[in-house]
Amino acid sequence: MTVELVNRILEGDVRTAARLMRGIEDGAADAFGEMADLYPHTGKAYIVGITGAPGGGKSTLVDTLITTFRQRDMTVGVVAIDPTSPFTGGAILGDRVRMQKHSTDSGVFIRSVATRGWLGGLARAAVSIIHIMDAMGKDIILVETVGIGQQEVDVTRLADTSIFVLTPGSGDAIQMMKAGILEVADIFVVNKADLEGASRSKMELQAMLGMKSGACEEWEPSVLLTEAVNNIGIEELVDEILKHQAFLVSGEGMEKRRKERARLELTEAIESSLKDYIDSNVDKAFLEKLVDDLVQRRTNPQAAASQIIGKSIKR
Amino acid sequence: MEHQTKLRVLVAKPGLDGHDRGVKIIARAFRDTGYEVIYTGVHQTPEQIVSAAIQEDVDLIGLSCLSGAHLFLFNEVVRQLIEQDAGDIIVIGGGIIPEEDITRLKGAGIKEIFLPGTSLDEILKWVEENVKPLSQRGGSK
Repeated sequence: MTVELVNRILEGDVRTAARLMRGIEDGAADAFGEMADLYPHTGKAYIVGITGAPGGGKSTLVDTLITTFRQRDMTVGVVAIDPTSPFTGGAILGDRVRMQKHSTDSGVFIRSVATRGWLGGLARAAVSIIHIMDAMGKDIILVETVGIGQQEVDVTRLADTSIFVLTPGSGDAIQMMKAGILEVADIFVVNKADLEGASRSKMELQAMLGMKSGACEEWEPSVLLTEAVNNIGIEELVDEILKHQAFLVSGEGMEKRRKERARLELTEAIESSLKDYIDSNVDKAFLEKLVDDLVQRRTNPQAAASQIIGKSIKR
Repeated sequence: MEHQTKLRVLVAKPGLDGHDRGVKIIARAFRDTGYEVIYTGVHQTPEQIVSAAIQEDVDLIGLSCLSGAHLFLFNEVVRQLIEQDAGDIIVIGGGIIPEEDITRLKGAGIKEIFLPGTSLDEILKWVEENVKPLSQRGGSK
């Protein structure tokens, strides 16, 4: 009974919520219907994305952020994403090791998620898992991505505030001028600031960000120094996150971000519905024939795709 | 490989015992079999293990204990799982465990105990034969 399930999740029932997350990840047929019923109850939580290279201290930073948000009487959800092995399909999800002390706090829900082949630092189920935590009433949802390179910026389209974590000496000025994450993060954190070169990294980053052209009513990303293991700089980071939230709410920023996110969800829903429809409705033999035609260069991928889509939609 | 049911396993070391070599090898072997393995690290209380297992919706918990406190710690995990209406999560254990304790652990609801010298293949085979994802088990939802 879905109404009952929705109510249990709204009341914060952990087991029901955890089950639904699993159903979404595994593609269980009833999970998507349940998700649809839950959707009207989402959209209240504030979503913070945390991304950066592997080994930069993201999980430890998340651990200290949980502590600080909890001290400020906010409930917290965490989506911690780790990579799936492309060879075996298995995964070791180890972000939780750094956060286990929050395991028994009923105001905190931590979920480890494997990418299952999804690129861009996220997992396909990430959006739904965020929605479920949102419906459970979590005030803040921290999304920790897979350790990423320069280009994987998906989380910034999903988060209200995006934090990019780096360590001292992790790149000279030219690295930082390149395109990608540096263009879209809202807050930069130089973690492990006790290591040599921290203030230099901060200066270089600030110089790069200063070159960014933009209107003056835009948010100006700040660069903060932290030592997550020693809990240094975390209060300031939380202040900065809340400052960014206030900035978004006071202007049009919040509405713009939420609109973009809704558009993204719609696009992905269209793509996956279309793919599912084709998988279950297009004749396999017809598909194979097109593949053969392609190999023989009797057609081209674009024309073949039009043939399939045209065929599916006319039915 | 996106949409399919994968076994989710939590491996943990309860209590005051920092010897994590064995549990890490097991975690790696599970990963290489295609399972999603949540590793929670050493020095875990039964409360932490149980709440993590429920949040993560795992099908199986693997406990490792080399300190001699297995009777209390393993039994406590099973007791709390049942208390929280999650008794369908299977618990197995490994470590330096005297023969006479094995019967008592199994009596308390630990499904299997693996002793030093057990090959990885033996453990993996047991899991494959005895643990199905919760959603595919009959009866309980």
